[in-house]
Amino acid sequence: MIRKTALLSAVSLAATVLALSAHAQERVVNVYNWSDYIDESILEDFTAETGIKVVYDVFDSNEILETKLLAGGTGYDVVVPTGTFLARQIQAGVFQKLDKSKLPNLENMWDVIENRTEKYDPGNEYSINYMWGTTGIGYNVDKVKEALGIDKIDSWDVVFDPEKLSKLKDCGVHMLDAPAEMIPAALNYLGEDPDGRSAEQIAMAEELLLSIRPNIRKFHSSEYINALANGDICLAVGWSGDIFQARDRAAEADQGVTVSYSIPKEGAQMWFDQMAIPADAPHVEEAHEILNYIMRPEVIAKASNYVFYANGNKASQELLDEEVIGDPAVYPDQETLDNLFTTTPPDPREQRLITRTWTRVVTGQ
Amino acid sequence: MNRALSAIFRRLVIVVPYAWLLVFFLVPFFIVFKISLSQTAIAMPPYVPTFGLAEGWSALFGRLGELSFENYVWLFGDPLYVNAYLSSVWIAGVSTALTLAVGYPIAYGMARAPSSVRPLLLMLVILPFWTSFLIRVYAWIGILKPEGLLNQFLFFLGVIDQPLIILNTTTAIYIGIVYSYLPFMVLPLYATLEKMDYSLIEAAGDLGCPPLTAFWKITFPLSLPGVLAGCMLVFIPAVGEFVIPDLLGGPRTLMIGKTLWTEFFNNRDWPVASAVAVILLIILVVPIVFFQRAQARAQEAGR
Repeated sequence: MIRKTALLSAVSLAATVLALSAHAQERVVNVYNWSDYIDESILEDFTAETGIKVVYDVFDSNEILETKLLAGGTGYDVVVPTGTFLARQIQAGVFQKLDKSKLPNLENMWDVIENRTEKYDPGNEYSINYMWGTTGIGYNVDKVKEALGIDKIDSWDVVFDPEKLSKLKDCGVHMLDAPAEMIPAALNYLGEDPDGRSAEQIAMAEELLLSIRPNIRKFHSSEYINALANGDICLAVGWSGDIFQARDRAAEADQGVTVSYSIPKEGAQMWFDQMAIPADAPHVEEAHEILNYIMRPEVIAKASNYVFYANGNKASQELLDEEVIGDPAVYPDQETLDNLFTTTPPDPREQRLITRTWTRVVTGQ
Repeated sequence: MNRALSAIFRRLVIVVPYAWLLVFFLVPFFIVFKISLSQTAIAMPPYVPTFGLAEGWSALFGRLGELSFENYVWLFGDPLYVNAYLSSVWIAGVSTALTLAVGYPIAYGMARAPSSVRPLLLMLVILPFWTSFLIRVYAWIGILKPEGLLNQFLFFLGVIDQPLIILNTTTAIYIGIVYSYLPFMVLPLYATLEKMDYSLIEAAGDLGCPPLTAFWKITFPLSLPGVLAGCMLVFIPAVGEFVIPDLLGGPRTLMIGKTLWTEFFNNRDWPVASAVAVILLIILVVPIVFFQRAQARAQEAGR
């Protein structure tokens, strides 16, 4: 009996020591976000205020993030997939539901964006919006004027009319290597439902894309940033923020390259990068704390002012710089906003059809 | 006693490479092979069935029945995959021949150089490895692009009046592969050429054989093991090459590395991607076995 008590107390002592050491350990949160996507001082401020150390890793494609998440055991506490990817990952059981009682700053969020993100995350139970943007046309203003005689691009005609695009062929055209962006854009241009994915609709999009393919130098999802900034190409279909980056780099380099971004009048795809907590996150408490911190108007405004992306936080809007909130390419006016469309994730069978079609578009096989 | 110890030691020395192969090659291969027999699913991990001992042995064996060769049948149902394999083998083959053509004179020159400068030359061949492979390939974009260094230089010389479009074509891939893999060709060639007994050439010359004939009749046959080793070292990784075609290649180049990427990341179809990888491995194992046979034969001939 005595021995048993001694043993028990030894065990409880050990448990206490363990608990104590765990408590004494510094608090950490592991964040995995897109590259060049935050003002790093936000992380320092967060650590200074809460004492939680932020381990910040970056990725540059949804596919890389998704592969890690599906393999499991990433050790990340907060990740930032795009809406369409998020929806499928929720289905696969990657995420845990947010504890909204720990997120009082949710009241700052913008209902316009929340309504749209419900398409991926019904009830916004798993995620909050970090930033959102559009997929449109980035171009070299002078070269486009030289080739087409227009001051600015306002229509998808430039891309989807083979005759117009062929005039830009020699100075270089890049297109995203992403069927999830290009097929909806093609369908939208054809007046079809951009989210359509019946075999006939995909075939229509394929026909249109094949007709412009000979004029495209490269299908790639990140190289166009450098290529546009250096003046190597004159047009790219790409993501708004990337093209703003190219614009800023070109301005910094001061080599006479002017890059501009257009949301064409026919409408463009809108995408949302959502912050979510993996089901196996080791620091759930800290993850909620940083999410709540990021939803503070002054914090997310700082991030938007830095990265030139629009955010989903209504209360932050009065704190944004004029060049962000006043730029219709970042915060489109109501009319343009109404024209922006969203898509839903395809099921595996549809995905295969889409990918196969895309391979044919890209390689001709 | 001593002899027994050394026998044990000898066995241990043999066990180490086998254990290495088992842990880092065979086990991963069987994992990939197993996934290639599964079906894709929206789950974590994204395929079924998964195996675990949690449900006991009988359930485990029950699951074995769910495996199938469906994905392999799929690969042959769509010409895309066969074309990608063929085009990869073709590109790797052409690149290997080009690398040999460029590498042989370099290795020969090095082997015939005065022995005092040879270490320096060897150093120069190895030097590029000190810079990241990715950066070296990326640098070629700057050289080959329409406004790049090469075109500017040719303009300056007055050779061309229109920029050559090389970047994002298959030519750029050949350039990239030849450049990146050249040391793998030069080093084994140099090793065999350096060991060669050059008094044989002198003897041939004395007997009235012209230098070129002597090269083809003596030097080249004697350097064959080096040629073979160099070709294998270039060909095998070039077949599965992903980075070079991704950065330098254009939309029209179809290679199996990219196809595998698309299956894995875009289709999220781990089983089909695994099947692609298994077949790629089979394509590569054939030349490796061929290479080992040839090497064993060469060693025997050398005895």
